[in-house]
Amino acid sequence: MTALAALLVRDMRLAVRIGGGALMGVLFFLIVVTLTPFAIGPDLVLLKRIGPAILWIGALLASLLALDRLFAADHEDGSLDLLLMGSAPLELTVLTKALAHWITTGLPLVIATPLLGLFLNLEPQAIGAVALTLLAGTPALTCIGLIGAALSVALRRGGLLLPVLVLPLTVPVLIFGVAASNAAITGSGFGAPFMILCALTLGSLVLGPLAAGAALRQGVE
Amino acid sequence: MALIDLANPTRFLALVARALPWLAAATALAFACGLYLSWFTAPDDYQQGATVKIMFVHVPNAWLAMGVWTVMSIASIGTLVWRHPLADVAAKAAAPLGAAFTFLALFTGALWGRPMWGTYWVWDARLTSVLVLFLMYLGIIALWRTVDDPSRAGRAAAILTLVGAVNLPIIKFSVDWWNTLHQPASVIRLGGPAIHPAILTPLLTMALAFGLLFVTLHLAAMRNEILRRRVRAMGLMQAHAAQGA
Amino acid sequence: MDLGPHATFIIAAYAMAALVVVCLIAWVLADHDAQRRQLSDLEARGATRRSKGLSKS
Repeated sequence: MTALAALLVRDMRLAVRIGGGALMGVLFFLIVVTLTPFAIGPDLVLLKRIGPAILWIGALLASLLALDRLFAADHEDGSLDLLLMGSAPLELTVLTKALAHWITTGLPLVIATPLLGLFLNLEPQAIGAVALTLLAGTPALTCIGLIGAALSVALRRGGLLLPVLVLPLTVPVLIFGVAASNAAITGSGFGAPFMILCALTLGSLVLGPLAAGAALRQGVE
Repeated sequence: MALIDLANPTRFLALVARALPWLAAATALAFACGLYLSWFTAPDDYQQGATVKIMFVHVPNAWLAMGVWTVMSIASIGTLVWRHPLADVAAKAAAPLGAAFTFLALFTGALWGRPMWGTYWVWDARLTSVLVLFLMYLGIIALWRTVDDPSRAGRAAAILTLVGAVNLPIIKFSVDWWNTLHQPASVIRLGGPAIHPAILTPLLTMALAFGLLFVTLHLAAMRNEILRRRVRAMGLMQAHAAQGA
Repeated sequence: MDLGPHATFIIAAYAMAALVVVCLIAWVLADHDAQRRQLSDLEARGATRRSKGLSKS
């Protein structure tokens, strides 16, 4: 267990250092949310209507950014090989890295949501709903993103391959995340989509590390 | 012929060479029958009029869009679990074909939607799910083209295909759910009442024709892929020899 | 044969289907030719698929 804890601490430390990209995600989130009114117009009513959607898409894209470095950095300096040879099961190792990624990228997004919700003229209730759905859904985004990150680990010029692979898989999370937010705002039917969102997260907590582990094994052979 | 016989690429190539002309002929015949039935015997639908003829192209392609991903998934299991030598060849050859059929399903669906709903694109559950499927096909093809080594690419694509296969029902369910959430007040009944046999026969014939087309093209594409890998191997061998000389 | 008011759409749908099918067939045939040509080129230059007595690195 201490090996995984050490890995967790190491990953989190690396992420907050320069080049780690932890707070970059939040900054990108802020930029996306700021850009949207420039494209849509400052109509507050409209922004309030689509606020949850903008926040969710911003969080989705911001999560995606930091995934790039998840395995690539370890692959470059050889520590990925060490992790693969380690005594801990590869899937748990991958899950630990995912947890570190979520704590340093996903969680700050959730914390930043109230501020950004104000920019979009969301009511406090709406802000709370979106934050809650992001809290439940960003782990799913991380775990699904794991798969793309593992598949593209050895590619030097992977470029946009990672988002192209990952984004279609995140469609259900997006659908239910926004649906739950909107349901909380209108005051009815929050339970069903939120439950499904949680189910998707739980499912991805299993599927993500499994697939990522398999991909890492075949990629480094 | 046992599956294991097909594992030998050379024997597979010989088999394909013999089977291909027959398959091509069968495909052409099926299309001839299907087109005749669709254009000359199928009655107009009482709701859709003559545009029901678009369904004879749209529906088989939609079925194939799903079906080819299923073929790819089975091939992926062959790659990952049994290490069948031709499994990843089968998967790689199928992907562009699947993408083409999915595109046709979307395109003909849009052309059918314009007279029906007044707009080329509608975010209804079926079209949207197929659009996401199309994106996933393109992603798989992108992955194949990004990894150099064919067998490494094969294993990566196999994992992604299986992840996609697990996700496809979830995506379909989500999109269905999302669509009922945003359904406008007037619900348009797609398809109307139970399909009349006069419409079913052309539909199934065209489905058979497109299915045979897939099998024919798939085997031919697999043959091309095997040849491509031989070219690559010989090229590498030659470079190795030149280096060693 | 009367295709009704939406004839353009029906014809466009079949035309695109025909185009895609023809393109797929053409692609498969062209690819076959290309690979055949490359193989005969390589064979003419004496390349083989088996390493004849080459030391494996």
